[in-house]
Amino acid sequence: MSHVTTRSRGTARHFQQRYGYAFIAIPLFLFLVFTAVPVVLALGTGFTNYSVIGRAKWIGLANFRRLLADPFFGVALRNTLVYTAMYVPAGLLVALGCALVLNLKHRGVTVYRVFFYIPVVASTVASATMWYWLLNPTHGVINVVLGWFGVNGPAWLYSSRWAMTAIVMMSVWATFGTNMMLFLAGLQYIPRDLHEAAMIDGAGVIRRFWHVTWPGLRRTTFFVLLLLIIGAMQVFDQAYVLTQGGPGNSTITVVYYIYTPGFGDLRMGYASAMSFVLAVIILVFSVLSNRLTGHDLEAAS
Amino acid sequence: MRVKHARVRAAAWYVAATLISVVTVFPLVWTVLTSVRPESEILSAGFRFLPRALTLDNYRIAFREVPFPRYLLNSLILGTGGTLLNLVLGSLAGYAFARLAFRFREQLFWLLISAMMVPGVITMIPWFLILHGVPLVGGNDLLGRGGVGLINTFWAVILPGAAGPFATFMMRQQFGSVDGAFAEAARLDGAGEFRIFARIYLPLVKPGLAVLAILTFQAGWNNFLWPLIVLNTADMMPIQVGLAVFRQQYETAYGPLMAGTLIACVPVILIFVFFQRWIIEGATSAAIK
Repeated sequence: MSHVTTRSRGTARHFQQRYGYAFIAIPLFLFLVFTAVPVVLALGTGFTNYSVIGRAKWIGLANFRRLLADPFFGVALRNTLVYTAMYVPAGLLVALGCALVLNLKHRGVTVYRVFFYIPVVASTVASATMWYWLLNPTHGVINVVLGWFGVNGPAWLYSSRWAMTAIVMMSVWATFGTNMMLFLAGLQYIPRDLHEAAMIDGAGVIRRFWHVTWPGLRRTTFFVLLLLIIGAMQVFDQAYVLTQGGPGNSTITVVYYIYTPGFGDLRMGYASAMSFVLAVIILVFSVLSNRLTGHDLEAAS
Repeated sequence: MRVKHARVRAAAWYVAATLISVVTVFPLVWTVLTSVRPESEILSAGFRFLPRALTLDNYRIAFREVPFPRYLLNSLILGTGGTLLNLVLGSLAGYAFARLAFRFREQLFWLLISAMMVPGVITMIPWFLILHGVPLVGGNDLLGRGGVGLINTFWAVILPGAAGPFATFMMRQQFGSVDGAFAEAARLDGAGEFRIFARIYLPLVKPGLAVLAILTFQAGWNNFLWPLIVLNTADMMPIQVGLAVFRQQYETAYGPLMAGTLIACVPVILIFVFFQRWIIEGATSAAIK
């Protein structure tokens, strides 16, 4: 009797093996074609002069050398860093602040949650188009409202000084909801007793935030910071819709610049070299943000 | 004294939450109001919240200048195609990783999930080259040369994300968290593995599938850069690319532009309003775990 059971269990396991592989076959194939091979290709193409039509020739570091001398790339990189330097802290603070507001238990909080989150639902292109109108220097609501307070609003998208700031404002508005929800979920994991104990010790709101909430959110903060940095360094849609890189190249970003020679003129080798540099910068920033939040990845996993 | 203190705090909370809501919701409301306002009023001096007169002219102009029905249909095809493939492939893989025993299961799972860590800028150009070189389609020979492969087809948009790591990850969580006692019984009765998957487990994860469907559809609907790269004839464009082109061609036609913007986001906003609880919770639970 026991012999029979073991045998049937054995065949079941054998079946499971085969079905297991069959079930993951297509995703695994797509992973190979669209993740594994691309990563290798991305590394290789940057060292060639590949241009889709014609054969690729290995040209060593020539693309990277040209990149160093390319003033446009320098401008694009600087603009991307400026965008990141504004967008990441602003995005983090707004998301965290709104999560803290929504974490207080008041009647109607779920309705407010929907209101806070709704910009996320519209696409970046749609949000950018809405803001294109809000930011109009003479008729846009933002300058009209600033005018009520006696402030003469700038020309925003038509001013090389303010265009990037305008794009940051629009981007924070459009995306903070996702990160806010992550913070809100993170706040649920902080034990209530910690807050209560701190309250009994006489700690005020600010001290409780620094000693209980902020350390308790460390994991979430790291994750949000990572998402923000990765998103910021690859900013494209907003710049494409709002300013097309202008005025005076003040909003040309790296991905925007990859897009133009890469897919406009099909200079794939050169564009690949740029992607590679950007990916390395993203990696460096991710590691830095890990240090910054003092988050130990190994301990977490 | 204490009660009064609590009341002041509650009032402050409502003021703060309402102010934030005004900032988040106003641009949408303003888009709606601008889209039904006559052009003369849009560019007149002074600020009026509600339009003096209502008009549908902006929508008429938008539909006349831009083939929005075609773009909407394209986006619907792209969004639905991508969603269906992710549901099928994601649940098959997620089920295998959660419920079936096979060698290298954990390693293979983390390998697939690692795709989430690769930034889009790295895969962008290789994807183009790979899709361009698919053999025997789009005028290509057996070695993938001579034509354009899958470029300028809907497949080029759908295929790279057809089995997104997010779908696999989320469905593994879903299948892992349901009760498996039933299935063991069925297995002992000799039910086939596919039957166990399709008849016993799949119905149990319907809510998870629904959330995945909504999130995937939204992402597909809002996708911009990739379709912009691989689609190059006007009648293939999805709505987001169509809207961006419209915005660049009609710089000052704010009324029709706002009408177009609404056309481009109404479907996803409606989906959100109906399923908002699921969407918000599903989006965060998957990211947190």
